[in-house]
Amino acid sequence: MKALQIAFKDLTVLFRDRTALLLMLGAPLILTVGLALISGRMSGSSGPAFQNLPVVIVNLDQGVVGGQLADAFSSDELDDLLNPQTAEDAAAARALVNDDKVVAAVIIPAGFTDAVTGAKESGAADRIEIYANPNREISSQIVTAVVESFVQQVELARVSGQVAVEQLLAAGLINPQEAAAVGMRVAERSVSAQNSGAAIRLVSAEKSTEPEQDFDMMGYFAPSMAILFLMYTVALGGRNLLAEKETGTLGRLVSAPISETAILGGKLLGIFLVATAQMSILILANALLFGVKFGDPLGVAVLILALAAAASGWGILVAAIARTPGQVSTIGMALMLTFGVLGGSFIPINNMPAWFNLVSKITPNAWGIEGFIALGYGDTLPQLAGTVAGLFGMAAVLFIVSVTLLRRKNLMQG
Amino acid sequence: MALILEVQDLVKQYPGAAEPAVNGVSFGIRRGEVFSLLGPNGAGKTTTIGMLSCLLKPTGGDAIVDGHSVRTDPEAVKRLIGIVPQDIALYPSLSARENLRFWGWMYGLGGKDLARRIDAILETVGLTDRGNDRVDSYSGGMKRRINIAAGLLHEPKLVFLDEPTVGIDPQSRRNILEMVKALNAQGMTVLYTTHYMEEAQELSQRIGIIDNGKLIALGTLDELTRLVGRQDEIELKIASEHAGPELAEALGKVKGVRSARSEDHTVRLVADDANASLPEVIGVANARGIKVIGIDVREPNLEAVFLHLTGRALRD
Ligand SMILES: Nc1ncnc2c1ncn2[C@@H]1O[C@H](COP(=O)(O)OP(=O)(O)OP(=O)(O)O)[C@@H](O)[C@H]1O
Ligand SMILES: [Mg+2]
Repeated sequence: MKALQIAFKDLTVLFRDRTALLLMLGAPLILTVGLALISGRMSGSSGPAFQNLPVVIVNLDQGVVGGQLADAFSSDELDDLLNPQTAEDAAAARALVNDDKVVAAVIIPAGFTDAVTGAKESGAADRIEIYANPNREISSQIVTAVVESFVQQVELARVSGQVAVEQLLAAGLINPQEAAAVGMRVAERSVSAQNSGAAIRLVSAEKSTEPEQDFDMMGYFAPSMAILFLMYTVALGGRNLLAEKETGTLGRLVSAPISETAILGGKLLGIFLVATAQMSILILANALLFGVKFGDPLGVAVLILALAAAASGWGILVAAIARTPGQVSTIGMALMLTFGVLGGSFIPINNMPAWFNLVSKITPNAWGIEGFIALGYGDTLPQLAGTVAGLFGMAAVLFIVSVTLLRRKNLMQG
Repeated sequence: MALILEVQDLVKQYPGAAEPAVNGVSFGIRRGEVFSLLGPNGAGKTTTIGMLSCLLKPTGGDAIVDGHSVRTDPEAVKRLIGIVPQDIALYPSLSARENLRFWGWMYGLGGKDLARRIDAILETVGLTDRGNDRVDSYSGGMKRRINIAAGLLHEPKLVFLDEPTVGIDPQSRRNILEMVKALNAQGMTVLYTTHYMEEAQELSQRIGIIDNGKLIALGTLDELTRLVGRQDEIELKIASEHAGPELAEALGKVKGVRSARSEDHTVRLVADDANASLPEVIGVANARGIKVIGIDVREPNLEAVFLHLTGRALRD
């Protein structure tokens, strides 16, 4: 109870601090809009709505799997979204793309069924080719996602990696950023077992009302900036932990009849609550003020909690390591910027080398941005399990380490 | 049990410090009294209070509050005591009421009872009409008063006031001193630290003098001043500047006068009893035709006691 009251007090104190509020809420919102405007992608609604996307299918496969995929494109579920047509050969289909008649050509190679079912050795020639229209980035990604989800549905994760994204990359027909995004989603869905149809629904009505480029930049910058400044907030929380010692209020708490565990628990809970409040307000503000669509509300809520927990862990760790409140601020600021770069808050890191992506996983930013983008593309909570688990795992490790350090530090001893 | 607090040979050695900050301090506080711990800066007052309020672990010794040891039973001690730290320990961006409510919570208070206590204590410290203002909009004296109020909300049996009047205006100081007296009259036992001897003299039944981590004297004001020997100081102001040395020499021979020296227009005497010696002193001056234009008599005070015991002045 007293721990909750301490946390509530910290929440009140922080929300009275105008400078802190400006940095916690004002700065990320301004930067989100600013960066989106600089990217020139926010106001121009030049892109078409996601409806009746023209797509051409070439089925060279004689077997059952190829036929199913071809049929999937004209299923009821995708009726509003896609406007499929068929072509006899690959060359004709590619010509339609080159002429900007369709957003993509899906070419199912001969012998695809055999390759998939293992009836014959599969090679490069057996990959489904998505020949994407570079002028219709998002739309062609949707088509890619449909193909992937189909491949998932037949539970052949092995094949999904073979979707010829690399080919398109090499041909310069889709940009590297997208390729990585596609790859990321494939990897995620490979983990998740419940994928029947979910991936197809990702391109459903909620996305389709939005001009595609609005989602593109705001959907990236809004969570990126929110998480960047989340790191500021948790550092501030860590700073306040040490500052309470200097101002004597911690001493007063210790001489009151409260256990030290409750005091520390209350302080840590306070940091977590402030972090959660900040993220929630920012996401809500972006949604209400700028119409950014974040997707599944439950997924967003859980992701926010996971992010707040992981970031709080970092804030507390800094407090445990630093000796003075000033040091917490300095280290916190450095951490915020480093994580911003490493975790992709400034520039997407999808096209970075593998080692970079691995290192980025120590940042809440990388996990969080990935999670928000996945949600934005229509993923729901179950598919986010890995991301959420990763963040909570990070939080758990950081909490244990920092609480151990803090206890050793004898913070509560005058 | 007559003693509410029994301090037994307390020692505090800060890591890295050459000397212990508190070095074997023992004293007892009787139920219902105001006990002052008087000492200069760095004497070890705050360190002592820190150990008594379970904030610092003693290096040696113990203190028993109403039967509970600060070493082995700090939880029980914490429930009995109230503490008013030397440095203002409040949240500046919260209002006085919010601060008091928070500290009330921390002592397990809540609801209507807490609200009533907050109203009452704001009344006591004279800040009812400013209760909803943020503490950072307060003057130093007002902050001090809320700092005290926060330590009293739960109506502790024993309260530690650590230099509660440092650096404030005379009016706030008066308010605080009167408040301490009123609380004591209601039955609260007070341990009051200060380096102002007038405060110790005015407030307390008994006084401990602390210096360099050691309690160098303890007793009532009378007992302490007797340490110096009953010697009064008489200061004569004379009209003529040149008559000083001559007068001093003559007055030195007066019965009961221990010493006399002159300085410009003043002659200072130390006498066993000022009242007994004064008539003859005036007589000597009159006989020599030296006009006395002012007489000041000072009885021994704690300042003199401190000077006597340490050879140093007790200063701000
Ligand atoms: N946390 C600490 N670490 C090391 N030394 C300390 C610490 N706190 C106090 N001291 C030292 O212990 C001695 C006693 O300090 P203390 O604060 O108890 O004195 P005080 O009587 O309260 O003085 P003041 O009137 O200035 O408040 C001083 O020499 C001080 O420098
Ligand atoms: Mg002190």
